[in-house]
Amino acid sequence: MHPASSIILFTTLSGLGYGLAAMLGLGLLDPALVSTKIAHVLAILLIAGGLLASTLHLGNPQRAWRALSQWRSSWLSREGVMAVATFMPLLASAWASVFHDMRLPITGLIGAAMCGVTVYCTAMIYASLRAIQAWNTPLTPACYLLFSLAGGLVLAASFATLGEGLSKWIALAGTVALAAAWGVKWAWWKRLRTMSPISTPASATGLGAIGTVRLFERPHVNENYLTREMGYKVARKHAAKLSLLATAAGGVLPCLFLSIAALSGTWMAATLCTLAVAGFALGMLVERWLFFAEARHAVMNYYGG
Amino acid sequence: MTLLPSAPPPKKLGLVIDLDVCVGCHACVISCKEWNTGGYGSALSDQDPYGADVTGTFLNRIHTFEIVPEGGEIVGEAGDARIVHFPKSCLHCDDAPCVTVCPTGASYKREEDGIVLVDEDKCIGCGLCAWSCAYGAREMDLAAGVMKKCTLCVDRIYNETLAEVDRVPSCVRTCPANARHYGDLSDPGSNVSILVAERGGFDLMPEQGTRPVNKYLPPRPRDRLADKAMPLAENSDGAKGFFAWLDGVLDRI
Amino acid sequence: MRFESRVALSEPVGDEVRKTTCYMCACRCGIDVHLKDGKIRYIEGNRDHPVNRGVLCAKGSAGIMQHYSPARLRAPLLRTGPRGSGEFKEISWDEALKLAVEWLDPVRQADPKKLAFFTGRDQSQSLTGFWAQQFGTPNYAAHGGFCSVNMAAAGIMTIGGAFWEFGAPDWDRTKLFVMFGVAEDHDSNPIKMGIAKLKKRGARFVSVNPVRTGYSAVADNWIGIRPGTDGLLILSVVHELLKARRIDVDYLVRYSNAPWLVIDAPGEADHGLFARDGDGNALIYETVTEQVVPVGRQGARPSLSGRVQLPDGRHAVPSFTLLAEKYLDKQYAPEAVAESTGVSAETIRGLAAEIGRVAFDEAIVVDQPWTDMNGQRHDGFVGRPVSFHAMRGLSAHSNGFQTVRALHMLQVLIGAVDCPGGFRFEPPYPKPVAAHPSPHGKAEHFGSNKPLSGPHLGFPRGPEDLLVDEDGKPLRIDKAFSWDAPISAHGMMHMVIANAHAGDPYPIDVLFLYMANMAWNSSMNTAGVIKMLEDKDEATGEYRIPKIIYSDAYASEMVNYADLVLPDTTYLERHDCISLLDRPISEPDAVQDAIRWPVVKPDRDVRAFQTVLLDLGARLKLPGFVDHRGKALYEDYADYIVRHERRPGIGPLAGFRGSDGDRTGRGAINKDQLKRYIENGSFFSAHIPLEAQFYKHANRAYQDFAVKMGFFDTPQPVTFQLYQETLQKFRLSAEGVRAPLAPEAHRQRILDTFDPLPDWYQPFEEAAVSAGDFPYHAITQRPAAMYHSWGSMNAWLRQIHTKNVLYVPGQICDAQGLVDGDWAWVISHHGRIKVPVARMEALNANTMWTWNAIGKRGGAWALDRDAPEAQKGFLMNHLIHELLPPRGDGLRWSNSDPVTGQAAWYDLRVRIEKAEPGAVSEPHFADAERPGQPPTVPAELRYGQEWAK
Ligand SMILES: Nc1nc2c(c(=O)[nH]1)N[C@H]1C(S)=C(S)[C@@H](COP(=O)(O)OP(=O)(O)OC[C@H]3O[C@@H](n4cnc5c(=O)[nH]c(N)nc54)[C@H](O)[C@@H]3O)O[C@H]1N2
Ligand SMILES: Nc1nc2c(c(=O)[nH]1)N[C@H]1C(S)=C(S)[C@@H](COP(=O)(O)OP(=O)(O)OC[C@H]3O[C@@H](n4cnc5c(=O)[nH]c(N)nc54)[C@H](O)[C@@H]3O)O[C@H]1N2
Ligand code: SF4
Ligand code: SF4
Ligand code: SF4
Ligand code: SF4
Ligand code: SF4
Ligand SMILES: [Mo]
Repeated sequence: MHPASSIILFTTLSGLGYGLAAMLGLGLLDPALVSTKIAHVLAILLIAGGLLASTLHLGNPQRAWRALSQWRSSWLSREGVMAVATFMPLLASAWASVFHDMRLPITGLIGAAMCGVTVYCTAMIYASLRAIQAWNTPLTPACYLLFSLAGGLVLAASFATLGEGLSKWIALAGTVALAAAWGVKWAWWKRLRTMSPISTPASATGLGAIGTVRLFERPHVNENYLTREMGYKVARKHAAKLSLLATAAGGVLPCLFLSIAALSGTWMAATLCTLAVAGFALGMLVERWLFFAEARHAVMNYYGG
Repeated sequence: MTLLPSAPPPKKLGLVIDLDVCVGCHACVISCKEWNTGGYGSALSDQDPYGADVTGTFLNRIHTFEIVPEGGEIVGEAGDARIVHFPKSCLHCDDAPCVTVCPTGASYKREEDGIVLVDEDKCIGCGLCAWSCAYGAREMDLAAGVMKKCTLCVDRIYNETLAEVDRVPSCVRTCPANARHYGDLSDPGSNVSILVAERGGFDLMPEQGTRPVNKYLPPRPRDRLADKAMPLAENSDGAKGFFAWLDGVLDRI
Repeated sequence: MRFESRVALSEPVGDEVRKTTCYMCACRCGIDVHLKDGKIRYIEGNRDHPVNRGVLCAKGSAGIMQHYSPARLRAPLLRTGPRGSGEFKEISWDEALKLAVEWLDPVRQADPKKLAFFTGRDQSQSLTGFWAQQFGTPNYAAHGGFCSVNMAAAGIMTIGGAFWEFGAPDWDRTKLFVMFGVAEDHDSNPIKMGIAKLKKRGARFVSVNPVRTGYSAVADNWIGIRPGTDGLLILSVVHELLKARRIDVDYLVRYSNAPWLVIDAPGEADHGLFARDGDGNALIYETVTEQVVPVGRQGARPSLSGRVQLPDGRHAVPSFTLLAEKYLDKQYAPEAVAESTGVSAETIRGLAAEIGRVAFDEAIVVDQPWTDMNGQRHDGFVGRPVSFHAMRGLSAHSNGFQTVRALHMLQVLIGAVDCPGGFRFEPPYPKPVAAHPSPHGKAEHFGSNKPLSGPHLGFPRGPEDLLVDEDGKPLRIDKAFSWDAPISAHGMMHMVIANAHAGDPYPIDVLFLYMANMAWNSSMNTAGVIKMLEDKDEATGEYRIPKIIYSDAYASEMVNYADLVLPDTTYLERHDCISLLDRPISEPDAVQDAIRWPVVKPDRDVRAFQTVLLDLGARLKLPGFVDHRGKALYEDYADYIVRHERRPGIGPLAGFRGSDGDRTGRGAINKDQLKRYIENGSFFSAHIPLEAQFYKHANRAYQDFAVKMGFFDTPQPVTFQLYQETLQKFRLSAEGVRAPLAPEAHRQRILDTFDPLPDWYQPFEEAAVSAGDFPYHAITQRPAAMYHSWGSMNAWLRQIHTKNVLYVPGQICDAQGLVDGDWAWVISHHGRIKVPVARMEALNANTMWTWNAIGKRGGAWALDRDAPEAQKGFLMNHLIHELLPPRGDGLRWSNSDPVTGQAAWYDLRVRIEKAEPGAVSEPHFADAERPGQPPTVPAELRYGQEWAK
């Protein structure tokens, strides 16, 4: 699949945003601190930015509101509905923190839950697509949720270092979440790289019984919408390197930094946690890029890809 | 409504495509483009039409496959490697994922005949339906920013301004090789259902669980000419024998 | 919720339907052009049209984009820069026509042969030929010489008609259909419709073709033959059929020259010619009376074998004896030809067995009594339901004429010509050679200011009819009808530019071309031709071909090499006439012709070429174009179509003649004729009575019908000429025993190739180059969705073939380490091209191929300079030379069939070498400038958006 930057940004930013918002909703940080207030605003900005980025790839963004109508069947619609709905508790929590230095525990919990559901919906947009076998697994929402959680914790840790100081618990939770997220992601990768395709040129044409089926001529010589959108291919070797890089930047380094930060002084901890955030964000961007770039769409059976 | 119709449609209109006779002429491709670019919804645009990166929206395309029999001889005069031309447009699936994924309700399956359509006024051009379609039957029009797909020529097949015989899809009407057949696949007595039954019509990628309405007819089995070689009559003694035989025949005429 | 409310289901397609004839290729299907707001909304096939019955090919449907293409020329152009520069100024029609007259009139006065007028793929040869004849130049022909003359000449000389446009398989009845070397052909839609019918009936379809795409892909059996060897395959099938006694002796005796006696007098001037009586009638040996009698005697029982003594004491044998002896020889046994053809002996045997089985064991009868030319009644038409079709896979070889003859012989041997289930003639065919003119262009045929004394093209009956001077030197600029190519019945367009450039046989003043992209895809050795067009005489500084007038409708590569460009309309903007005098659209069951009419008005300063030609004729005061006062006879082409008469009562159109429009074929002029055509869907069809539908070559009812229709003035039955006497006359000249004698240099070649019985010899290029240096064949195929070079300016069609690749057999790929996307050098004796390659298995192991005419010159056709057509696309033509490699004696023969002059495109031999990766195919030419003041080319098309709801 074509790794469109709008969608990579969308899933990365919103994942981080929802993660952070959920952590705030769970009350991990002191609502009265400036850093927490900033965290609230940042979470909302990340989410909003992500959503905005996602509209960039729409052909008719002015009608985007229509996407809220089909929650009964469409994960994209559900995601939209949830995203809009989740703004309520998140804005309320942010309001309470920014202007009243307080935390709304119920709203926070509801918000955190809704963040999770929204991220799940986002993941299900992809996971529900049978035509893209790489995504069509429960591991996909698991990854999205765990990455969001890990991202939220890393961000929370970082804001903690700027405010009340990093608690060992947050650092520990962050490290665990990171490990879990990347662990599941590696399981996801393993599945991707070892699975045999359910659809092949043989099943796509129904001609497998005659012999080995190979595309001879494309229907049109140049690229078309489908091949541009779904024909992206990344070399296996390249992909393997990139997944190591993603894991190193987004998993190993943040884990290391969080652990050291938990044991070191404020400034040092702040710096390390910022680096952890940066590493994680980078790791996520690469991971998301690969998420698309490595996924093969069944339609490529018709295009020799 | 992006929910699929709850009851099976009373009719399942669709195409049956005969891979045994499709010669890959692309007639249906252009006819489809021509009909639909001035018909239902926005035009089917072409970008850079006279330039290097020419690309356009088409609702029907012909792919060409080469099939090499496993274990068989593959090359040239002796072998059986073959080319199959493969037309492909929307299959109007019964379990159309493109409909259920649509967030806006633009994509829908008609209750009365099962045709899958896009209501372009509602379409936001998110592209998700194209992602969900394993068959590559949906193409976003880059000029209009809306999703285009085969309409089964819904504006022909019910068009009362056309003569009865012409109320068939443009691609079907034009196919010179008669490789495209249109009809109601829910009616076992229809022309298309009979073809499917007789010729072993099949689904594309059944594993995708989409239950396509359109069916494909496989190439008919072929036999080898070499197996037809028969022992020749009276072939023993060259020209002399031949002329003797000839005289005999002439006497009988 | 229900949705149908959202979709307007019953919108009318447009405001109006205008029925005319497609011109995106030469198939000439009927089209319904739907107009909306004055623009073309939709083009679909005309259901009532006999050619296409409602279907339409990709090109036909893409007519919209053809019509609105930005490559259309907009006004007459006068060259201002050097040739090729694309620098022109737009001039008025009056200026353009005046200039043309200024160039042409002096030529006509002084030496009319200094005008060479050659037309390409048009369908108005009856007008263009007439014009050239009235002008008086002997140098006229259409494009058939590089196209299909082997088909036409071999067909007409053997059975009185040809696969090419003059006949069709009996699609409804045939049970075995064997197709040789066809990718698309002129009968584009009918063939596809026919194949569909065969498939539906379960008839067997065999395709003999090195490449298994298109029709071959759906064939029940594919014979992946090695190019140029079909003759061997066919003769081997004949061998098998003779051995198996699977021949129709009765049919042979009745309809062919099998019983005709051939004089056996080696060394004498009539050795090998038919023995004839004093009236010129061929003689046969009658077995009951044991006498030699003229053919056609009632009740005669001719002999097919044995040696008889003629009244003059010499000996003769029935031609069939020679035939049978020749093909029973074991050199034609399947085993003997298997290696050369690449077809296994078993497959050849199987093919022969199937042909024999279906012809005889599955014979059919149409219960319709009929009478033959001898007055004999028959209860019904016996059908041998085996049919054949062939095109350029056979014809575009230097042995094509003989190969096509072999195929016709095979048809006759099994009795399958114009019978139910076989190959059937389309009126006005069959037509014996005797009913065709012989060529005109000898010195006594033309002169200053007078018309040529007869038609340019035709069939020489022997060397005496050649257009050569006393020294045997050619008289025509293309050297047609010379010893080079005696029976070049369609002229030799591919030689015109080379000969005119060389001044051989003489220089010319004006080259007038119509609709032929000679600076690109229709020339061999394209780069060489471009040089010749640009080349100047060093002494005078003048172009070697001094003046070039060219009519095109689009900015093709050729336009930039013209001095004066006459822009044509598109096919939807003009009158045209698909006439029985030319290449009609008849069916075996019906006599048919058609018209085009302006269904939309031109929006540019362009004029229909035919109208322009009539205007030029009038301005030049050519007889037939002006009345006795010198006033133009015809207002425009429409007027000509209606009022021109070739013979009294016979004009371009056969339908709706007579003052009331109720006469068919012959009849007075009907001024409402075009209106009647338009009302009828722009075509006319007259059914042939069932009694006259088969055995037309010998069917009394048909012959009477043909006379009534005006095809002939007297019946013209055809006796199939298995043994070809005309060819033997050339051999006698080459042997030096019959006058006129063949020039020494030509003798061996004629002896080798003019066998009066169908023969096979190695294609010339293959024989001339070493198999080690050039081990492979390279050929082209027509893509169904493109018409030569016209398709690339069409925004829809060009997306299907934006560039081409060379398809290379898997074995060669493996040997050369080539994988898809690699680039390779392909090298012939003449040149080399660098091209992208792709692997293919369903292909003859020694053959590589590509789609024809996809490669374009950058900037031509209103395409961007970096269009893939120009960057990656390529022409095979750069490897093909119009001459064969030099021989030991320094002579170079033309790369053509020695009999007909047919260009031997598919004789090409190559080797292939992996090349460094490339971005641009080679050779690559400087970009062409767009001629005139072209409109801007849109960056995006949304055709029909104004109608979107
Ligand atoms: N390598 C290779 N070369 C080949 C062949 C092959 O098989 N292989 N085939 C050969 C054969 S058989 C043929 S027939 C030739 C064909 O070659 P051409 O006849 O030269 O080719 P076309 O591309 O048909 O173009 C003729 C010209 O007609 C112009 N034209 C189109 N419509 C109109 C119109 O309405 N009016 C006027 N005035 N002009 C118009 C086009 O713009 C174009 O410039 O190519 C030959 N060349
Ligand atoms: N769509 C479309 N239709 C056209 C045209 C076009 O450009 N496009 N051009 C028109 C014109 S001008 C012409 S002349 C006709 C030509 O019509 P075709 O004769 O169908 O044209 P080609 O593509 O030259 O096809 C020749 C076929 O012969 C095969 N072949 C080559 N060498 C041999 C051989 O030695 N033996 C055998 N058995 N096969 C061989 C090739 O693989 C190819 O399939 O088509 C006409 N129709
Ligand atoms: S083929 Fe694709 S677009 Fe058509 S109904 Fe099925 S899933 Fe939807
Ligand atoms: S592109 Fe349009 S039709 Fe497709 S899912 Fe999005 S809104 Fe629905
Ligand atoms: S049914 Fe209509 S829309 Fe669908 S492929 Fe055919 S022509 Fe195109
Ligand atoms: S028009 Fe018919 S034969 Fe031609 S490509 Fe389409 S389905 Fe195949
Ligand atoms: S075959 Fe196609 S291009 Fe040729 S006349 Fe018919 S519809 Fe037109
Ligand atoms: Mo041709």
